[in-house]
Amino acid sequence: MRKFLILFFTLSVLVGCKTGIPQDALTLRRDSLERRQLESRKFNGSNEADILSACSGVSQDMGFTIDESETKLGVLVCSKNREASTGGERFAMALLFGANAANSMDKSQKIRLCIIVKPVASSDLGKPNEWVVRATFQRIVWNNYGQITRLEALSESELYSQFFQKLSKSVFLEAQKI
Amino acid sequence: MKKLYLLSLTAFSLVGCANRSTESALDVGTNQVQARQMQSRAYDTTDKEKTLRTVISVLQDLGFVIDKADLNLGTVTATKLDGYALRMSVTVRPRNAKQLLVRANAQYQEEAVNDPAPYQAFFSSLSKGMFLTAQNVD
Repeated sequence: MRKFLILFFTLSVLVGCKTGIPQDALTLRRDSLERRQLESRKFNGSNEADILSACSGVSQDMGFTIDESETKLGVLVCSKNREASTGGERFAMALLFGANAANSMDKSQKIRLCIIVKPVASSDLGKPNEWVVRATFQRIVWNNYGQITRLEALSESELYSQFFQKLSKSVFLEAQKI
Repeated sequence: MKKLYLLSLTAFSLVGCANRSTESALDVGTNQVQARQMQSRAYDTTDKEKTLRTVISVLQDLGFVIDKADLNLGTVTATKLDGYALRMSVTVRPRNAKQLLVRANAQYQEEAVNDPAPYQAFFSSLSKGMFLTAQNVD
């Protein structure tokens, strides 16, 4: 018992209150270039504001609401809150495994999207007419108890290719003033 | 009696963490000067906009999603979610006629990051980004 207490005491002193930041949290990962390519596309356009407004159009098409924008830096941030599982799924879970299991299922999620537009570096010297759009998604998921169950970046390549397809359409529509 | 001592000692070591929660509002963490040094780097450029754009793209490379950005104030705030929440604010302001000072501070979950290593890692990534921007490389 005494040994156990001493061990416990030592551990609690060592651990303290802190868990600490992961050492690799702010280092570039090996796949960061790959990710950058996945998340970026080049677009032609006469000015940055046109591209940004096409971006805001496409985010509204997908049901996002704008949280923040700074046109001088090509920044657009938006988010949407959606169900993470349907009522039917939760009901089935409750029937099969009881209310506790159903409540600990993912219930709602907040999806955040950030779109950054910047001029292509090589065309930077004169008047830029090529732009790189980079989009990144992340989400927070809550269960029925209101506890956060997931904090993650969305990295499915399908998601990004679909997003850029929609954006291409939007850029075209904006250019035609539709 | 000995057991009781040990038990109370253990309890104290656990309770020790629970100081008054409002005190953290003005908590400077470690040394104020030291913190500024650890969190700041000077760069040989005066182009605030380009520097901020580079900061944004480096943050995106590191897996952050931007929360806010302001060119006039020279600030960018971003959050990384990867099983944890890491929030970071980066400010860019003129240091002298030839240099800009970039300062970053981070918050991991519910605590300030006071360890110099993550800041070194961040600035090493940013320095690469600044170099590539200066060379006009995407």
